[in-house]
Amino acid sequence: MKAKGSVFKYGDNVDTDVIIPARYLNSSDPGELALHCMEDIDREFIHKVKKGDIMVANKNFGCGSSREHAPIAIKAAGVGCVIAETFARIFYRNAINIGLPIIECPQAAREISEGDCVEIDFDSGLIVDVTTGKSWQGQAFPEFMQRIIQAEGLINYINSGKS
Amino acid sequence: MGMTMTQKILATHAGLEKVEAGQLIEADLDLVLGNDITSPVAMKEMEKMHTKGVFDRDKIALVPDHFVPNKDIKSAEHCKCVREFARKHEITNYFEVGEMGIEHALLPEKGLTVAGDVIIGADSHTCTYGALGAFSTGVGSTDMAAGMATGKAWFKVPSAIRFCLTGKPSRWVSGKDIILHIIGTIGVDGALYKSMEFTGDGIASLSMDDRFTIANMAIEAGGKNGIFPVDEKAVSYMKEHSRKQYTIYEADEDAVYDAEYTIDLSKLRPTVAFPHLPENTKTIDEITEDIRIDQVVIGSCTNGRLDDIRIAAQILKGRHVAKGMRCIILPATQSIYLQAMEEGLLKILIEAGAVVSTPTCGPCLGGYMGILAAGERCVSTTNRNFVGRMGHVESEIYLASPAVAAASAVMGKIAGPEQLDR
Repeated sequence: MKAKGSVFKYGDNVDTDVIIPARYLNSSDPGELALHCMEDIDREFIHKVKKGDIMVANKNFGCGSSREHAPIAIKAAGVGCVIAETFARIFYRNAINIGLPIIECPQAAREISEGDCVEIDFDSGLIVDVTTGKSWQGQAFPEFMQRIIQAEGLINYINSGKS
Repeated sequence: MGMTMTQKILATHAGLEKVEAGQLIEADLDLVLGNDITSPVAMKEMEKMHTKGVFDRDKIALVPDHFVPNKDIKSAEHCKCVREFARKHEITNYFEVGEMGIEHALLPEKGLTVAGDVIIGADSHTCTYGALGAFSTGVGSTDMAAGMATGKAWFKVPSAIRFCLTGKPSRWVSGKDIILHIIGTIGVDGALYKSMEFTGDGIASLSMDDRFTIANMAIEAGGKNGIFPVDEKAVSYMKEHSRKQYTIYEADEDAVYDAEYTIDLSKLRPTVAFPHLPENTKTIDEITEDIRIDQVVIGSCTNGRLDDIRIAAQILKGRHVAKGMRCIILPATQSIYLQAMEEGLLKILIEAGAVVSTPTCGPCLGGYMGILAAGERCVSTTNRNFVGRMGHVESEIYLASPAVAAASAVMGKIAGPEQLDR
């Protein structure tokens, strides 16, 4: 499994309130949530993002509330992978559970720039910045996690009887 | 190597004699919680599962509290979905408007959370019940769905940071000031993935409401859970509110901690977190400039309990909120509301120019009942001051205790109670 796309870069402590503001939580429809993804810190994001693009951020990405709507919105916006120095723990769990690939890799997160083209190999955990030629070794995705992602979430994965 | 309090609770619930930090375990759940925002997503997920129903109708709590009484049609649809699920699965602990309250104030009051429990809730502030010596942590909707169906959840056993609280806080220093001080010290990711275990003789001087406030904000330091030892106050709280059997766990003397902090409570001062992170703290004495404010909110799962309403009333008694100030007070549950009424607190608050709302999370997360416009500032007893959390992205939230919030409402600017009679 691989992801490749251009990068949207953010800083420390990107919280779930900016990923998907609570004023839109009266909906749980992924497509509708995606329309407002990141709008409080990056109004352009949803207009520019293309399927498979990569989000890169620094420390504590996804801090704050437990709303699963946050990774759902990111995934429905088309993002293929989120790389960060660290993730807040509930976001981390939620992202895996709904099948949004995420990788912790502090060095890559610090060195990748906005707009770079980045490729991630989930089998090996290798992150390559195609624009700069730099590469970093992130954590490989264990097989069961790749299966959850391929099944588009934990529940489908459990239902498929592969657990 | 000994175990922390959290590790002991998890070990028992996983049927293991011993666990250590980093170990992946599957634990039995004593309670699974959801609200009107997170439950509909969980229910949709559960429908997809090949399962007959919920694992135990007595061990699920559904509390519509974020956007209720329904703020708009879409919220009404969400609440209807939760209500119908509760009816279909005969969920014992579904709380309708009129009997509900803000979930993390309501569940301990209803006796549903006791020492030794393992609790997951699809709400990040589920960590509140650590005040009673339970392991409780926030999860997402999918985990909630799996928990409702199976009664189990997987966890990575956390390591811990120990906070040794000593001394007695001074008059206007409350649980809120203690936890803001801690978050200001370790940062919003200072306890990422870890337990925050509170110990020390200073705990004896903290009311249960103070402890709920402290455990509630463990998540604002990135913590997996916050937990207090079970002392006489905790036991008498449980005896008063619950018929559930509780189990007291204590950390081993040789338990290992990633870090230890000693905090002399007598040295703490009323503390305010500036925009836009809970770690941007200043003591009231460090705030030298006049910060004019437009609104004060006293309420939420952090500070909407009886102690909080009493302190607000004590400060507002015989005083009036500043001209042009909106002071919104939200008792967190129906029972707190009723008690506040019987004690005459609501009269004091209303005479002081505050409005008193039915229980709701509304303004805390920018839902309704107190949204901020561009450029407006609010002193709030809630838990997050992120960009746009309470409304416009150009509004500002200052987190503080009910005492500071009430004093600020009177002064029209950020102020501590000691400044009122100067």
